[in-house]
Amino acid sequence: MAEIEIAAGFIPLTDSAILVAARECGFAEDEGIALTLLRETSWANIRDRMAIGQFEAAHMLAPMPIAFELGLTPLSLEVVAPMAMGLGGNAVTVGTGLFEQMKELAPFVSPDPQGSGLALRAVIAARKAEGAPPLQFGVVHPHSGHNFELRYWLAASGIDPETDVDIVIVPPPFMPDALASGQIDGFCVGEPWNSVAVSQGAGRIATVKSAIWKSSPEKVLGVRADWVRNNPHGLSKLLRALYRSAQWCGDPANHAALAHILARPEYVGQPASLIARGLDGQVVEGLSVADKAWFFEPFARAATFPWQSHALWFYSQMVRWGQIEHTPANADKARRCYRPDLYRAALRSLSVPIPAANAKVEGALTDNEPVGATAGALRLGPDGFFDGRIFDPDRLDAYLSEDAD
Amino acid sequence: MSGRLPSVLVIDDNSVRAAIIEAGLREAGHDRVTVITEIAGIAGKIAALEPDVIVIDLENPNRDMLENMFQLSRAVKRPIAMFVDRSDRDSIEQAIEAGVSAYVVDGLRRERVKPILDMAISRFNAYSRLERELEDARSALQSRKVIDQAKGLLMRSRGMSEEDAYALLRKTAMNQNRKISEVAQGLVLAADMLGKGGSDG
Repeated sequence: MAEIEIAAGFIPLTDSAILVAARECGFAEDEGIALTLLRETSWANIRDRMAIGQFEAAHMLAPMPIAFELGLTPLSLEVVAPMAMGLGGNAVTVGTGLFEQMKELAPFVSPDPQGSGLALRAVIAARKAEGAPPLQFGVVHPHSGHNFELRYWLAASGIDPETDVDIVIVPPPFMPDALASGQIDGFCVGEPWNSVAVSQGAGRIATVKSAIWKSSPEKVLGVRADWVRNNPHGLSKLLRALYRSAQWCGDPANHAALAHILARPEYVGQPASLIARGLDGQVVEGLSVADKAWFFEPFARAATFPWQSHALWFYSQMVRWGQIEHTPANADKARRCYRPDLYRAALRSLSVPIPAANAKVEGALTDNEPVGATAGALRLGPDGFFDGRIFDPDRLDAYLSEDAD
Repeated sequence: MSGRLPSVLVIDDNSVRAAIIEAGLREAGHDRVTVITEIAGIAGKIAALEPDVIVIDLENPNRDMLENMFQLSRAVKRPIAMFVDRSDRDSIEQAIEAGVSAYVVDGLRRERVKPILDMAISRFNAYSRLERELEDARSALQSRKVIDQAKGLLMRSRGMSEEDAYALLRKTAMNQNRKISEVAQGLVLAADMLGKGGSDG
């Protein structure tokens, strides 16, 4: 079989799992792909190395391809997202002292987003009364699910992310130290960095992404558009390999093995026991069985499907926080970065259930429900936001005007 | 002051490499060059300096933070683009391969910035070359030591001459398609484990 060489960049995070397992467990090899994985120190590096052709594909923050397409980055490139790399997996961790203060002012049970949000609001009000400086929260990138879910949670809790707190950018592996040393008061990051901070005694988890927005998108596979145009079969092979890999990663029976692979120094380089917490959803005590399963999902509930409604929600938040001006043309650019057509074309031969629609109304499913699929049975959801809002991608303007009020 | 050369800020936690770049820029007549090796408090420093060009090591994990800062234009009052010109693919490639990136304030003409970027690229490459040579020299020295040890072992345990001992190592290496130093290393390790590694034989 002709070998296809693919180089992919990644950042040391648990949700790089499906790329790592595709290489380590032979799913890439089965498709005739020689997959090289290169660990990077910044999302900017991933972008730059991709721009000059060193990477064909990469582990990317879900809003990144949209930011490229909208010209928001200092270096331009064209990237498509033909696959997602899982749902959930992030948490909001606050310093131990701040956590205690929140509990004191307004008792809540972690990771309840409503309770923890109100408690944080109470602390912020108290600090204002004392004339204390605003709390600082770290996120990994301005164009990241972390930035947008943190802001969503804060705003829905009555905290203005622009004026009531300072949001700063910190690289994921530096978050625990930045929290421990008091440079920041809290952060929103992917695993294992929340569990690392908790295990060091530096912080406690206030809430989790999967509670702020259930079944919410986090990373995508970004692929260079010129490579996709010239290698349609190569892309299909890569997507099939990653689909198989996601299936393997999603099976709880494989979590221990996966945690050991990810723990290796060339991947995440943190103890397997800490990585396993994120895979098993054991990041906070007191999560229900269902909540545990929802914390991070690499496969089930169409976790690898690139929903265009996800792309449009990220776009809506870019507009909301002033990163881009809303025009129908911009919204269209954002939507078109996500390529369910490429996903379906690649996976057709596997006869697996694939959503029949390209977009869905986010927040419409309150339970795990059967939906229309190309083959077999597929269950999605729940996919609700904690404040009960609904995002209908066909009513984007109405959604945007709710925030503008 | 249109004749004045642009001011340059070099951000690099490798202070030796930063010094090499700074020296190069000063030799080329740049009198406004600042080097920052410590990332703490960098926003304030950039705001105070208002540099025209920022040169930063590609592996610096704080690039996302810095780019965000440039974008918000709080620290840097003018918009910033990466490299000289988005269309200048060649310099972008050379820079990334050398491990350096550069941010330039809007409105600076290409020919005023290009020499700075070229200087940074060549000095980054020179530094990497130096590092590689040093590493090579280190490992060459290491292999020579190991080969000498292995020769000594053979001379003592089998009563060989130094010449014969070396010939045997070389022949074994050729037969096994390995480096002489690897065969020698194996022999020294084995001798160590069998307790024959002592210098008294």
